Amino acid sequence: MLRRMLAAFVAAVAGTALTVTAAQAADPIKIGVVGPMAFVQGENHWRGAELAADEINKAGGVKVGKEQRQIELVKVDTNEILNVPDAANAMERALTQDEVDFVIGGFRTEAVLAMQDVAMDYKKIFLGVGAAHDKLTQRVGEDYGRYKYFFHVAPTKASDLGRTLFAVLGQIAGQIRQDLGKAKPKVAIVAEKAAWVDGIVKAAQANLPKMQMEVVGLWQPSPTATDVTAELSAIRRAGADMIFTVISGPVGIVLGRQMGELQIPAIPFGINVEAQKEGFWQASGGKANYVATLDTYGAGDVHITDQTVDFVAKFKKRYGTIPAYTAATYDAVYLLKETVEKAGTLDADKLVPVLEKTDRVGTGGRLVFDKNHAPTFGPGYLTGLAVQWQDGEKVAFWPNNWNGVTYKGVKAFKIPPHMMAQKKK
Amino acid sequence: MFQDILITGLVNGGVYALLAIGFSLIFGVARIVNIAHTAFYMLAAYLVYTFLNIAGLPLLLSVVLAVGLVTLLSMVCYKLVIEPVREYESAVLIATIALALIFQETLLLIFGGTFLSSPTLIPGARDIAGVRVSYQQLLTIGVVALVLLGTWYLLARTRLGLAIRATANDLEVANLMGMNVSRVAMYTVAISVALAAIAGVVVAPLFVVDPLMWLAPLVTILAIVVLGGLGSLKGSLIGAFIIAYVEAITVFTVPAGSFLKGAVALSIMIVVLLIRPEGLFGVAFEEER
Repeated sequence: MLRRMLAAFVAAVAGTALTVTAAQAADPIKIGVVGPMAFVQGENHWRGAELAADEINKAGGVKVGKEQRQIELVKVDTNEILNVPDAANAMERALTQDEVDFVIGGFRTEAVLAMQDVAMDYKKIFLGVGAAHDKLTQRVGEDYGRYKYFFHVAPTKASDLGRTLFAVLGQIAGQIRQDLGKAKPKVAIVAEKAAWVDGIVKAAQANLPKMQMEVVGLWQPSPTATDVTAELSAIRRAGADMIFTVISGPVGIVLGRQMGELQIPAIPFGINVEAQKEGFWQASGGKANYVATLDTYGAGDVHITDQTVDFVAKFKKRYGTIPAYTAATYDAVYLLKETVEKAGTLDADKLVPVLEKTDRVGTGGRLVFDKNHAPTFGPGYLTGLAVQWQDGEKVAFWPNNWNGVTYKGVKAFKIPPHMMAQKKK
Repeated sequence: MFQDILITGLVNGGVYALLAIGFSLIFGVARIVNIAHTAFYMLAAYLVYTFLNIAGLPLLLSVVLAVGLVTLLSMVCYKLVIEPVREYESAVLIATIALALIFQETLLLIFGGTFLSSPTLIPGARDIAGVRVSYQQLLTIGVVALVLLGTWYLLARTRLGLAIRATANDLEVANLMGMNVSRVAMYTVAISVALAAIAGVVVAPLFVVDPLMWLAPLVTILAIVVLGGLGSLKGSLIGAFIIAYVEAITVFTVPAGSFLKGAVALSIMIVVLLIRPEGLFGVAFEEER
């Protein structure tokens, strides 16, 4: 009996060893993570992907047909914040020298457009995580044969970001009407000079008056401006109640800091990419109280989906910081795994139709691609989140009863007390 | 709007003047176009951040240490990098560009691309002529005035100043008169970089500290020194305020074009180069030779 048990044990161990050897012997699936690796955006691209890949590898890897294959990530530093042409070169290198099977990431629209062309030349699946310009997926509709390998995973595309912004602005305007008794709140638009802001600015100038708000002007500093006191003085003089920000560069920190220092009586809300980061409070010298922005994950206490809180906690435990929106590479890696397992192949042409049928709940919402491979926006799909800095804490305040959507964990939006005091004078 | 332009131009003009005078001084004395000038300004801002926020040193000590270390570093850089190629102006230019890039990449390596900031020395703000001005900005104006006064005193009332002015006036004659021109050049590099370092520590709490913060002011001070006249301190001072006021007027009169303020400053530089290549207070190039 003992001999039989021993034989069975040896056979089981040998079998397991053989399986493991077979899994290890199969070539790994190479995923290129593209992003500006010296900057927070690229760092988060990498961390999100690394977290997902480690989890998948630990659980046995990806089943491709009958083979069980591990994921190998390749860090591709695009340097796109400093130099756009570097990005296309980095993509070329990843595809030809590193021979990656898939590419995920990208941040700056100008760079992603260039990288998209390189990936399409090589017919490689490119899952966009970071850039939001509509042009990226419009290309799929315009020339499907060439661009069908590109899928926009996160965040929502720029025009949908605009819709979210107006919904939140409407809520804040309502609060100003109620608290300050102003029927028509005044809005100053502060948008950095960059390609991605144009559509949002035009839409704001057209829509805000229809929403009973008065646009008092448009200020367009450079994304890297180190001083906006002149702009803030002019905005204060124009009597703005809200500052609608459309900013991705470091000028977002300067704006928050100088608004606090000068006690400008207005609420800043919009897109302020720097304000989404955990380091924003420190970078603004603790002066950027009440700055609000769209965000993806908040501080990790908002239940967007069942996975959000768990993902943020895991990320924070491993890296000591909350994830930025480019960490949605986590979802992109899982999406690739599930798609490859369904199709049973790495052949891009066979994977495209499977990706097009995607309907999966990830860490930031439910992902369903439209005909141009852009993520569907709206209640029940991706919505985004709006957050406000309140005494050093990033507090989520939206969606709160928006088209029937309220995420568990959202709190009240606050109007700065100094603004109330100055406006009531 | 007039008051806004007046105050904004005054504050920004002061910071520009600190940077431009240092840049002009070293060109006037040693004919060194130091492209790394604003990179030293960036280093000072990073050192203040490090001493204050990471090492936890007191504010005044952090400021003194930052200015002192950057000045010392500039002297080392002069001896090792600039002096060996000083005879060749284009080589000096390229060497200083290389220095600036080395500083940038080193900071990127150590601190990453993260944006940082130092605490405000005096928190709060007040209205002056209806314009909201922070105490930090007022402090900046005060420090700028004091430093400029000190620089004037050093150049006009001391033996070192006399040597610097003599070298600036005619390098070869100064050399023939027995002056150690190389040492004067090194001291001038130190003074000029100290001015940049002071600008760095003063504006660190106003601006955001990042590894690219040296580029924007470099373009602006190039415009200023060309406008004022390369090597002319008076020209740099006046040029700094002209550019600062032009920028302020651009922001207040064309809000949607406020990103153009740098381009407007550079356009002025091109116009000046076309009409009066020596700048407003500069010495004509032919005469200089």
